[in-house]
Amino acid sequence: MGKLSKPARVYLAFVFFVLYAPIFYLIFYSFNSGGTMSSFEGFTWEHYAAVFNDTRLIIILLNTIIVALLSSLISTAIGVLGAIGIVFLRNRKMRNAVLSLNNILIVSPDVIIGASFLILFTMVGVKLGFASVLISHIAFSIPIVVIMVLPKLQEMSFSLIDAAADLGASKRDILTRVIIPYIKPGIFAGFFLALTYSLDDFAVTFFVTGNGFSTLSVEIYSMARAGITLTINALSALIFIVTLGLVVGYYFFNQRARTIGTGGQ
Amino acid sequence: MKSNAARPFYMIPYYLWIAFFVIAPIVLIGYYSFFDLEGKFTLGNYQNFFSSVYLELTLSSFWYAFLITLFSILIAYPTAYWLTKTKHKQLWLLLIIIPSWINLLLKTYAFIGIFGLNGPANKLMSALGIGKQQILFTDFSFIFVSVYIFIPFMILPIFNSLDRLNPALIDASRDLGASSWMTFRKVIFPLAINGVKSGIQAVFIPALSLFVITRLIAGNKVITLGTAIEQQFLVTQNWGMGSTIAVFLILFMFIIMMATGQKDKGGAANGKIK
Repeated sequence: MGKLSKPARVYLAFVFFVLYAPIFYLIFYSFNSGGTMSSFEGFTWEHYAAVFNDTRLIIILLNTIIVALLSSLISTAIGVLGAIGIVFLRNRKMRNAVLSLNNILIVSPDVIIGASFLILFTMVGVKLGFASVLISHIAFSIPIVVIMVLPKLQEMSFSLIDAAADLGASKRDILTRVIIPYIKPGIFAGFFLALTYSLDDFAVTFFVTGNGFSTLSVEIYSMARAGITLTINALSALIFIVTLGLVVGYYFFNQRARTIGTGGQ
Repeated sequence: MKSNAARPFYMIPYYLWIAFFVIAPIVLIGYYSFFDLEGKFTLGNYQNFFSSVYLELTLSSFWYAFLITLFSILIAYPTAYWLTKTKHKQLWLLLIIIPSWINLLLKTYAFIGIFGLNGPANKLMSALGIGKQQILFTDFSFIFVSVYIFIPFMILPIFNSLDRLNPALIDASRDLGASSWMTFRKVIFPLAINGVKSGIQAVFIPALSLFVITRLIAGNKVITLGTAIEQQFLVTQNWGMGSTIAVFLILFMFIIMMATGQKDKGGAANGKIK
């Protein structure tokens, strides 16, 4: 593998600069005592204080976290069971059909998901608010969990299950003592991904949230439409740190998943 | 296997999910597209869609999505190519992906500041002697921010397909006397085309349906199919027309997926070379 040529290095450096500049630009101005994002007057924590003193914002933040945690937990449970079921489907055509249905929500534009869920909730009579947001987040996270868990399951040798069955394990034992431990890294990866999808989602939530309930992205959207407030900057700095933590966590589990995967082959 | 004899009960929640949140929503969108504002059955929405306003909107939406995809490929391909040549490529790739995990709204919001009248972009322009310009609320800012948002989604699949290339093929092409350009055109590009196709899928469809960036950065001057759907559903409350546009967006989505679809076997074989 040859060393990179100079133009290549400059090009890559430039791409990295452009990718990160806006993020650091936001964070930098979150410490600006002047009220704008154009001239830096002095260092201050006041915008962070503003975030933590704003009860409404804190409630929205808590809502966002509760929705994210609940939806990723529930979607992980349903998704893992679904993935196990798919692997055991013997009919190849049926399996492909289920997989295609699984992937529809992943490739669908958010606007379509949001609009169609809005119709669905209105028809069924689910009140728009916490419940509709939570259900939507569960719904769009399930296929991601399935996608993350399936490769682990396919890697697993079926003789493990046969061996367990021969040794007298019940179906339940096989599930909890053989299958789940084996695919654990996939489950964690799916959970983390579901968590970040939920935290990140704007478009779907925007459609299915009523007047009384709001998540962070919906709130940021309405704040940003009103103009620049450095509170958003402080908020984004905090979100950036949390996101970074989640990415590192996800990467960690993914790496572990990979080493276990190759070790098993 | 015995465990298969009884219909697995644990699949029930998953199947319910498919019925309620995959199939039902699509059916409902189709159903609602046949109703007008008063709730009467009509084909008028479809007639409307083929009127000049909506056709124009569709065309301009496609044009913007095309430009965004094109610029994304132009920037992402060299990036992905050189990334595969770096020493700690997985780490660099992770660093490319991290910005894509940051909330879309925050990144868009950053550009309101950067492209603002007193923002750094205008300061740079003044320093260069071009003078202050209205950057925000133009086509340029819309395309720039969209490309910025989508770049990681284009780099990732291209990187993966380039990374899977067997280096022996490139050596062979060199040994047989091909120039680097020739090697790229005849060996690297055709073998890694699947990455570009996945990248197009990951960028073109979302670019058709953007509405956040259009609202915040393009100041309602650019209207995409996504903006139109949002408008019909949440502002005008004309669910019928919104659903009709959604039906077409879904159709376009399928067409694009077909056009950029990959034969699984080819892709898998490509992956197994390594």
